[in-house]
Amino acid sequence: MPVSPANLTGHFFVTGDPLIYGADASILLASAAVVFVLTYYKKWRWLWREWLTTVDHKKIGVMYLMAALLMLFRGGVDAILMRTQLMLPNMKFLAAEHYNQIFTTHGTIMILFMAMPLIFAMFNIAVPLQIGARDVAFPYLNAISFWLFFFGAMLLNLSFVIGGSPDAGWTSYPPLAGLGFDRGPGENFYLLALQVSGIGSMATGINFIVTILKMRAPGMTLTKMPLFTWSVLASSILIIYAFPALTAALALLLIDRVAGAHFFTMTQGGNAMMYVNLFWIWGHPEVYIVVLPAFGIFSEVFSTFSGKRIFGYTSMWLSLMTISVLSYFVWVHHFFTMGAGPDVNSFFAVASMAVAIPTGVKVFNWLFTMYRGRIRFTVPMLWALAFIPNFAIGGATGVMLAAAPADYQYHNSYFLIAHFHQVLIGGVVYGMLAGMYYWWPKMFGFKLNERLGRWGFWLFNIGFYVCFMPLYPLGLMGMTRRMYVYPAGLHWALLNLISTIGAYVMGIAFILIVIDVLYSIVRGERDVTGDPWNGRTLEWSLPSPAPHYNFARIPAVASRDAWWAMKEQRADDLNSGRQPEPLQPIHMPKNSGRPFILGVFFFVGGFGAVFGWYLLAALGFVGVLFALLSRALEYDTDYYISVEEIERTETALGRS
Amino acid sequence: MTVSHQQANRRSHSAGDHGFPWSHIAGYILSVVLTASALWLAVAHAGRPVWRLSAILSLASAQIFVQLFLFMHITESHGPRYHVLALVLAAVFTLTVVMGSIWIMSFNGTQAY
Repeated sequence: MPVSPANLTGHFFVTGDPLIYGADASILLASAAVVFVLTYYKKWRWLWREWLTTVDHKKIGVMYLMAALLMLFRGGVDAILMRTQLMLPNMKFLAAEHYNQIFTTHGTIMILFMAMPLIFAMFNIAVPLQIGARDVAFPYLNAISFWLFFFGAMLLNLSFVIGGSPDAGWTSYPPLAGLGFDRGPGENFYLLALQVSGIGSMATGINFIVTILKMRAPGMTLTKMPLFTWSVLASSILIIYAFPALTAALALLLIDRVAGAHFFTMTQGGNAMMYVNLFWIWGHPEVYIVVLPAFGIFSEVFSTFSGKRIFGYTSMWLSLMTISVLSYFVWVHHFFTMGAGPDVNSFFAVASMAVAIPTGVKVFNWLFTMYRGRIRFTVPMLWALAFIPNFAIGGATGVMLAAAPADYQYHNSYFLIAHFHQVLIGGVVYGMLAGMYYWWPKMFGFKLNERLGRWGFWLFNIGFYVCFMPLYPLGLMGMTRRMYVYPAGLHWALLNLISTIGAYVMGIAFILIVIDVLYSIVRGERDVTGDPWNGRTLEWSLPSPAPHYNFARIPAVASRDAWWAMKEQRADDLNSGRQPEPLQPIHMPKNSGRPFILGVFFFVGGFGAVFGWYLLAALGFVGVLFALLSRALEYDTDYYISVEEIERTETALGRS
Repeated sequence: MTVSHQQANRRSHSAGDHGFPWSHIAGYILSVVLTASALWLAVAHAGRPVWRLSAILSLASAQIFVQLFLFMHITESHGPRYHVLALVLAAVFTLTVVMGSIWIMSFNGTQAY
């Protein structure tokens, strides 16, 4: 039965919890502050022209990064709240219902609205620059991807204060997430928010596959690409094959919820376990979607800061591709306990263990890259180094979990929680922070402070072990995931207390990283060379930040580590007095406000669908159709930058 | 995007202008019919389970060809060799997902499908 709107309007604003009133107040104050600052400094026009309508991959990357850091903050606050509630036995800090909402939004936000935009930030910031392109293949679509992610994230975050958050876990399994047990709009928020941002993710996957296959600089064959670009290709292939399964699972659940169908209702001929199956067909490749780009970043960082080319380049991209294919044969290991039979479980257990082989190849290659290298312990290098022991432990516990019979003991215990945080934080977050520190000068033209960065790193790394190591024994002692309270006398209290202390240390580390950013905006070392790390790949051949057309002349690539080769070559060129080729006009896409407006319409439509206000939903989707149609009829989409303007820009940047 | 890209785009535009897009309309109608038939088979519990499953799988295969030929330009040009590789990969993933799901969800023969 669809929920009647009248029933819901009574619960439109979430009431009764002081934490939520606090959130209401802080949202209002923050919004008012933003509006005030923009108005006072007359920046509305600037915001619209420079950011909201941009199709420049570098600016879109920056927006992804900022949004992802905000979401990391929100997901982190959720984590701190949960750890506070679990600090001691019988805590009364959060009520059961509120705890459910918090672990649901923590997981959903961290995977879909933190990890995904963070990898997309790195895609956008680095890939076109690394392959010598002037933008992505479809810049307008790229802007659409960002705004769909942004408004999807807004939709999910809004649920906190309007209508109530989803509370059936980030996996949102029926029947718990079905109408029978969960009538409020919270689950609808989850389903609609993920659908809207999922369209954006899908488009990003397509965009980067085309960009990498079609827009590489002349001479850069696939096997001369930087390894980060290889990892983005692998990740994008996974995105376009995996996301449709999520779309189908969510759509069926949404039809169950709003149209009264019974795809997942056991008593009506449906089968809830099919949702679990579909969800993990996406869900397992998803973890590789987020971790492969991190592998790519580690390859760049290890190579740059060891002053050596990467060891075993061919085996590196081959193992990336092997992991992408293998990741399609492992999804059942998320639900061995469903009991599909020993043959099914054996097959998927062996396939899961096989993933350790290409991953192991990569780890050894990183170690050999450092062997006899001239290692510089910069902040990106510290994050990369700390990743290795992290991933060794995470990988070993992963193989333990992959043993199907043993998994019946570990399943949904804190052992599992410790394992996947070890690989997702130790792999993805460490990787993205390494990437952020590494590419920050390229994005903004100044380096982040190394001293503050080291403090942030060490606190985070120590806090991480203090927080998550106790969870392994807690899991083996019987503590299961998603329990909001536990009695005294189980010997769980000390380990939980230690874990909570670790969570707070990680919180302080995050604040230090933010302070590092703020401090460096004012006092950070300016990057005047464009190559602050003595880099090896093409992005370091450009000024920092790069001009909006990236390359005045598309570089010709002759070998791997193209910029390194050019730097060696350049001395000879200077002696021979060779003249650079003449400039040509550059063809560029025009900015457009439509991707933003399209996002607004998706938001309006999604919001209407959440509450079953079909007039509003229809209005939103008519708007979407209108935006698509008006783009189809638009012809004035591009322009040329004249040679004079390129010369002016290049001279201003100190290049000829 | 370079100047030569732009020219290539214009050329492909003029080559693709063949008036009303009949093939797209046909593809749209076919894909709706194929989906609706599958839904009807499931809702109406038509025939024995094994036949119903086979019928739905056949409809799904037909759907793949409708999408590939009427929407996805598979016949349009001779692309580089990795196009074939991509299609093979897609086929492998699709088969894995479909056959894997049937295998998993039949619970060792205890379920009727």
